[in-house]
Amino acid sequence: MSLLTYRSAVARGIAQEMRRDDRVVFLGEDVAAAGGVFKTTVGLLEEFGPLRVRDTPISEQAILGAAMGAAMTGLRPIAEIMYSDFFAVCWDLVANEISKSRYMSDGQVSFPLVIQCGNGAGLRFGAQHSQSIENWAMSIPGLKVVAPATPRDVVGLMAAAVRDEDPVVFFNHKALYASKEEVPDGEIVDELGKAVVRREGGDATIVALAAMVPRSLAAADLLAEEHGIQATVVDVRSLVPLDTQTILSEVEKTGTLFTVEENPRLCGWGAEIVSIVTEERWDALDGAPIRITTPHIPLPSADSLEDLALPTPRRIADTVAKALKG
Amino acid sequence: MTEVQSSSEISEELGISLYRSMSTARQFEKRAYDLFMQNLVKGTTHLGIGQEAVASGVAEAMADGDYTFVTYRGHNHLVARGTPLAPLMAELLGRDNGLMHGKGGSMHLIDAERGVLGSYAIIGAQLVIANGAAWSAQYRGSGQVTVCFFGDGATNIGAFHEALNFAVIWNLPVVFVCENNLYMEYTKTDTITAVEHPAADRAAGYNLPRIVIDGNDVEEVYLTAKKAVDLARAGGGPSIIEAVTYRHGGHSRADPAKYRDPAEVAEWLEKDPLPAYRARLIARGVDPSVFEKIDAEIGVEVDAATEEAKAGEWPKPERLYTNVWADGGAEWRN
Repeated sequence: MSLLTYRSAVARGIAQEMRRDDRVVFLGEDVAAAGGVFKTTVGLLEEFGPLRVRDTPISEQAILGAAMGAAMTGLRPIAEIMYSDFFAVCWDLVANEISKSRYMSDGQVSFPLVIQCGNGAGLRFGAQHSQSIENWAMSIPGLKVVAPATPRDVVGLMAAAVRDEDPVVFFNHKALYASKEEVPDGEIVDELGKAVVRREGGDATIVALAAMVPRSLAAADLLAEEHGIQATVVDVRSLVPLDTQTILSEVEKTGTLFTVEENPRLCGWGAEIVSIVTEERWDALDGAPIRITTPHIPLPSADSLEDLALPTPRRIADTVAKALKG
Repeated sequence: MTEVQSSSEISEELGISLYRSMSTARQFEKRAYDLFMQNLVKGTTHLGIGQEAVASGVAEAMADGDYTFVTYRGHNHLVARGTPLAPLMAELLGRDNGLMHGKGGSMHLIDAERGVLGSYAIIGAQLVIANGAAWSAQYRGSGQVTVCFFGDGATNIGAFHEALNFAVIWNLPVVFVCENNLYMEYTKTDTITAVEHPAADRAAGYNLPRIVIDGNDVEEVYLTAKKAVDLARAGGGPSIIEAVTYRHGGHSRADPAKYRDPAEVAEWLEKDPLPAYRARLIARGVDPSVFEKIDAEIGVEVDAATEEAKAGEWPKPERLYTNVWADGGAEWRN
């Protein structure tokens, strides 16, 4: 075991797969010589050389186009879009090309590629460098969508994503880069489409993703301390494929569902989960499922305003306590 | 390019092959048009009638295993790369025996077996994707060349500029071919473009030579493409070729093209690449009966393809849920 930061896990996950398979190549803005603007890809250029780890111009369409064309002709590229907000300038490649071409050709071509990006708020970057857009990706048929909450998952889910035959949009969370945990040495390989129960409790089921997982765990501690409420926290990890069975089973145990989402309210991923749970486990619910989200606003820059916007442990705990105790 | 120069480099056999390729594309698309008028081809079709010399000339310069990326006006290019006519026609008819089992349609043709890695209906996307195939070939050391066709309208979209810069800085084995048919959909391209030649006049900005050719002269297309393909294969990097041509019909089936001056249309019909090339080969001594025979053979082939396509069944309902994912299915949850 060794202590690994989420930041270092990004490079470790990519390196693990590049060592194993020389079809894996990595490209993006500032990823090679600079080691990434968040220092998440330090050491990759030195280990794998300039043919496999490539800096690109600020040309997001060219980056994703290169990844797509390479994937359909025998490589397994990992492309980086520096901030998930920048998907807006290359969304054609994601929404029209990479996601649809297998279906349109009825299986003539495959797209074993990963698009990783820095997603989410917490660093006071303002409305155009802070968004959580995992729900954009989730809404497009043909894309797998992953958002790890822990350093171990960054490595293991990246391995699963690289080895998958389908395109995976991989949302690293910028506010988690400094977080750390003990992880096993050696190869870590996870599986897409498996949620993990991070905390077990009999009273409330909280379903969260990425940076909302540690916040939900902190909320669960508050609930226990202040109200004696024991909460289960489910880390969804993978929105597509979605592990509905784990979620349904954890909802059955408590009769409650709280989703904690960083994305803005409308059409957030939690709405889909609430819809599934209410359709399929109506009788198991003791009350209406409740979504705890960022309001439907662009994100502000100031510390105090950004802190108000995102779900906090306090807001999560208070919402759950109020629902359970009235 | 004069006829004397061309004829010294073009054997009679090659000339006849170029003619056959163009004539096949022409007859195929005329039939596609007829079937559209009979409401057997649905949706829309974008015909390249009048532009065949570009697809045929470039294809002749390519090798087996090379990659082709085309636009939604891509029937000609698939024909030129050897896609069998029956599955191609059946795809336009939305039948299960179609190239993509009816799931792609006219604008989204892919024939991976022949390296045609897509017809792209979002203007300009194929240029950046073609770079990826070229990068892959370069990385694997396979010697494959990627050819990417696009229209004059694509030169005003960002992806065009991103793609050219990217191809040059990575020295990719890719040949970009602009089919400049003078109109961006319904609007004359020179009225909405900063330069006269929308592709070639931008080449200097990417440190590439300015190449403008007569896109209705199939030999000039072939010889120019051959140089560019050979250069790419030898590691000499990308090229961009602007082939000036003209579509005889409108942008798509919905377009009667009334915005065009009849005199301009008449002038370009005079420059129709097929009769022009037939006349040139006859002047070089090929017996006119050779072309009658070729055209008749292609007619039989197109008839047979049409019948085979029309006999195809509608796609089975299960097709709706196939191949969203690599496991063949469409499941997104457990």
